[in-house]
Amino acid sequence: MEKFVTTWNAIPPDLQSLIIVTMQIVAVMLTVIIAVALLTLAERKVIGYMQLRLGPNRVTFLNLRLLRGWAQPFADVVKLLLKEIIIPSASSRLLFLLAPLIVLVPALAAWAVMPFAPEFVLADVNAGLLYVLALTSLGVYGVILAGWASNSKYAFLGAMRSAAQMVAYEIAMGFALVGVLMAAGSLNLGDIVRAQQGGVASWNWFWLFPLFIVYFVSGLAETNRAPFDVAEGESEIVAGFHVEYSGATFATLFALPEYANMILVSALCSVFFFGGWLSPLQGYVPDDWFVAQPGFFWLFLKICFFLFVFLWVRATFPRYRYDQIMRLGWKVLIPVTLVWIGVESVLAWLHVGPWAN
Amino acid sequence: MLVTILFYSFAAVLIGAALGVILSRNPVHSVLFLVLCFFNAAVLWLLIEAEFLALVLVLVYVGAVMVLFLFVVMMLDINIEKLREGFARNAPLGVLIALIVIVELYYVLWVRRLGIEVTGGTAPLPENYSNTAQIGAVLYTEYVYPFQLAAIVLLIAIIAAIALTMRKRPGQKVQDVAHQVSVRAKDRVRIVKMATEREP
Repeated sequence: MEKFVTTWNAIPPDLQSLIIVTMQIVAVMLTVIIAVALLTLAERKVIGYMQLRLGPNRVTFLNLRLLRGWAQPFADVVKLLLKEIIIPSASSRLLFLLAPLIVLVPALAAWAVMPFAPEFVLADVNAGLLYVLALTSLGVYGVILAGWASNSKYAFLGAMRSAAQMVAYEIAMGFALVGVLMAAGSLNLGDIVRAQQGGVASWNWFWLFPLFIVYFVSGLAETNRAPFDVAEGESEIVAGFHVEYSGATFATLFALPEYANMILVSALCSVFFFGGWLSPLQGYVPDDWFVAQPGFFWLFLKICFFLFVFLWVRATFPRYRYDQIMRLGWKVLIPVTLVWIGVESVLAWLHVGPWAN
Repeated sequence: MLVTILFYSFAAVLIGAALGVILSRNPVHSVLFLVLCFFNAAVLWLLIEAEFLALVLVLVYVGAVMVLFLFVVMMLDINIEKLREGFARNAPLGVLIALIVIVELYYVLWVRRLGIEVTGGTAPLPENYSNTAQIGAVLYTEYVYPFQLAAIVLLIAIIAAIALTMRKRPGQKVQDVAHQVSVRAKDRVRIVKMATEREP
């Protein structure tokens, strides 16, 4: 220990901070990836129970009888990594292999500005909200490229659908976030959380309820989740943009980014509308109680709740028809956000509610 | 020092990608090189602490405009050979335009900046300086009329695009949503009452 401290102090301060930041990034990324693995299991279990099945209940490890099936995602990872990667002979080889990475990188990089706890955020940038929007809009390139580079009709159709859908819902999502930044007066995610101080009723969801619904629905559409998963509609176009992918490329193109994006959208939903790491009981119980303290625990609970809603929606709703998706995006969600931004500015002008001071 | 190294490496990638746009044979690759260009330009803006402009460039151009561009280029059936046919005929015009651009760049970079330190970078901005707020403050006060004019031009462009595609043309298939919703079972199924037929 003594020796470690002296070596550590001998390192120049720039290098010290570089090492610390790198370790923080690795820690966040590993957490996200493990969360993805457990989320795939949770998805199969939750949907299983909703449909009166058991879900995965065989693969186990360490002989944990009560949690039978918990090692299923790790077995799946091993299976996917050991499978052969098939590259279609008529494909554009470089882009075919590049596409999974282009989907994966923004899904992980967006976590850089996420405020996990009052004092822990990787990069406390001023324009954090814009950064998140910019990065989430990049994932669509991977999907389009995967569809185009596969040189397959089904993959191409899936890519076209996905691109049109993502561009349409990004606008609704952006407008919903305009309402959030009007309420917080800042683009910094930490400041957006701090602006919602004071218990469950003063979080943004109450005054911005329509925007919250729009944001969550657009989040479902952006992540290509049911009921908006026409990009991979099995009954029409086999599997959509990832039909030609196999093994490890399938895992990085489809499974990892999709679930990482689900967790990201849930986390952003909690930050923008549900007070991030703030405690819901703040102001309702004495301030020195443990449950009134802000902390990562609350963010974690909120993320879990939204992830459950994601799975619940998937188990409940049938898939939308393609033209209905476009109609919902352009003709319902965007007008709703525009109207509510107007309502919000009138409220702020009249000093009603949270804008009272 | 680090900023200088970053600047030159990103600028080098930017120039390489710009060359890729005009030199690659496949139009889809050209579009992707253009995306790389925008991305590197955004990073250069980040290096001079203009984070709002950088992120909006990525958000608008990379995230929306280029996606639609890629969309169109993938759908088009472009005959490269035919496009290359008029090269010799159009070369003098191309050379002329290139010369004009070079002269203009020379004017901007050399004559107008004569005696001004341009490679030193800008002075670091103070802490808590938000250039998003600064741009907003200038845009909605000093430049409010140009800003509104630009918005009207964009609105006209949107209306024009809709007007061009929404016209009635033969063979067009559209859904009438109100009609779809108001359909009742009796419009689709006809139940016929008839006497039971006897076994022959």
